[in-house]
Amino acid sequence: MRPTAEHWQALFDPRGVVVAGASTHPGKFGFVALHNILACGYRGAVHATNREGAEILGIATCTSLDAIPAGEVDLLVVCTPASTNEELLRQAATKGIRAAFVTSAGYAESGDEGRAAQARLAALAEELDILLVGPNGQGVVSTPSSLCAQIVAPFPPPGRIGIASQSGNFVSSFMNYAVHAGVGVSRAVSAGNAAAVGVADLLEAYVDDPATDVALAYVEGIAEGRAWFERVGAVARAMPLVLVKGGATDGGQRAAASHTGSLASDDRVFSGACRQAGVLRATTIESAYELAATLATQPLPRGPRVAVVSTAGGWGVVTADAISRSALELAALPDDLRAALDEKLPPRWSRNNPIDLAGGETRDTIPEVLELVIAHAAIDAVILLGMGIQSNQGRLEERGPFFPGHGLERIADFHERQDRRYVTVAAELSDAHAKPVLVATELAIADRDNAAVAGTREAGRLCYPSADRAVAALEALWVRRRYLERRGLT
Amino acid sequence: MARTLSEADSKAVLARYGLPLVTDRVADDPDAAVEAAETLGYPVVVKLCGDAIAHKTERGLVRLRLGDAAAVRTAAEELLAAATPDDGGVALLVAPMLSGSRELIAGIATDEQFGPTVVLGLGGVLAEAVADVAIRLVPIERIDAHEMIEELRSQALLGAFRGEPPVDRERLADVLVGLSDAAQGEVGLRSVDCNPLIVVDGVPIAVDALVEVAS
Repeated sequence: MRPTAEHWQALFDPRGVVVAGASTHPGKFGFVALHNILACGYRGAVHATNREGAEILGIATCTSLDAIPAGEVDLLVVCTPASTNEELLRQAATKGIRAAFVTSAGYAESGDEGRAAQARLAALAEELDILLVGPNGQGVVSTPSSLCAQIVAPFPPPGRIGIASQSGNFVSSFMNYAVHAGVGVSRAVSAGNAAAVGVADLLEAYVDDPATDVALAYVEGIAEGRAWFERVGAVARAMPLVLVKGGATDGGQRAAASHTGSLASDDRVFSGACRQAGVLRATTIESAYELAATLATQPLPRGPRVAVVSTAGGWGVVTADAISRSALELAALPDDLRAALDEKLPPRWSRNNPIDLAGGETRDTIPEVLELVIAHAAIDAVILLGMGIQSNQGRLEERGPFFPGHGLERIADFHERQDRRYVTVAAELSDAHAKPVLVATELAIADRDNAAVAGTREAGRLCYPSADRAVAALEALWVRRRYLERRGLT
Repeated sequence: MARTLSEADSKAVLARYGLPLVTDRVADDPDAAVEAAETLGYPVVVKLCGDAIAHKTERGLVRLRLGDAAAVRTAAEELLAAATPDDGGVALLVAPMLSGSRELIAGIATDEQFGPTVVLGLGGVLAEAVADVAIRLVPIERIDAHEMIEELRSQALLGAFRGEPPVDRERLADVLVGLSDAAQGEVGLRSVDCNPLIVVDGVPIAVDALVEVAS
């Protein structure tokens, strides 16, 4: 069955949801699923079934699906034992339900009997025209509908990243990064055993989804490699796709065999196929999130030439190293730009790229320098370093014994305003000139509330925890751009 | 199950797809080998070739840098004598001795999950240890071929090197696209091994080739 737009709408934007197998015990998945739907602001009707018809979390439950109104519920969230699920699907069909997320275990992951049960469930869902997701999955998240139909945390901030994963826990990992960094998620699905809906199906749905701009996927194994890459390649031509594959090494492949039953394969073949298909392959979950968040919030650069703007020397030097090791180029500073910067900066500035301001900035220097650099035709992208250090000092003073006297409150406020202003201007100039501008500082980890970090987040952007990670993210943007350009897809 | 073609038959298949192959001659006996060498010009290489012979180098069935008719005759006699009954029908292959300090490997390999793939790698005696390889699924576009070349870590070897010009990337891309075409066009083709591709004045030329087909 090829899922239709209606099926996906039933999964992601249902008019109503019913949790089958809701539990009164807060330790059970049947409780947690209902709790998360109710607690995260879902606006549609919420129903639940419970064997005893007990009241749970203020909801009057029914003992079976028979009692719920027909035509009001689109999504069934299944937390019942596997043995009861076929009957459940049949009842769901009579109520007009078009999508079912099955969290129940006891299917293909548990042996031959489970495999047979899973095949029966998938065939039945197809016969009933119900989109079956799972079984043995953790759930579905859809921020446009404030839907958190999953048996784990977190509920991520809204955003433009669509997540599809063969491992439910990595859906949580990606979303935890989103909670921390602030660049959010549109849809997220744990495919579980993927009886009917696999990662490729989800990615195809994201291409057609107006709420999703970037796809982020985790896979361990692929059944039909060639056909899979044809589908995923079509996705990657239409939308940036960042992918992590578990089992890239011999040790990892042995682990994957016992986790998802995936076959071993030559990782170099997979890697080459990704490059060919335009899939951006990340090696870690953390970098995968960062690449996806970057693609979701930054324009693609028109070329590889990067300018580094730094308030101090050392950061710039290390960043120049990272750029030189990548597919990016450290831009040669054009004479006219150098002359324009001479006007704004004291004579001790670096007079080269990295553009080291050497502590010579007055109130408006940084916004003015950024404008000159970002606007220049010889610069394709900018990495901005050293933001937030004044606010960080302000924070130390605030907590010290001398605050607010000695002029400390006034200066701390000034620096906070300035740091916030710098990163806000950086994002505005990035949008205005359609060039990526990445802010990197370890304060992203050390102090989330630092004015530069919070300001970057409020501007809708990722604040990179190091220049190296900003360079890796910017390189992915360039690789994406180059792939499209070389194939006439821009 | 798969079976290998002789070097001569392998090259005949690949020639149909425009692969740059060393010009060689098949000779049935030492006299014919000497005649071929005289036509091609010295120095030459003489190899024993047959459907069942897949690992010539390991068996000492390749004689390099033969400078005159006497050397060719001796080599031809020894090679024919080294043939075993298991080798089936054999012949001699006489080719000009090409020289270039850079060697590449290109071919087709069939992956269990992903089917036929095009492979490009650094060649030579250290190839296995260096493992500098780029792989794509068949079919490839020309831009994929260029990106495979770009992906090799040994970029310094592809530039101007020891007085030799840079590797002609267009010609190398031709090889990769030709291999992809062969993988699509030849029914039952399982693998191709062009090893080595010697870079002669910047141009890659396959001096040996082995094609494997499903039997």
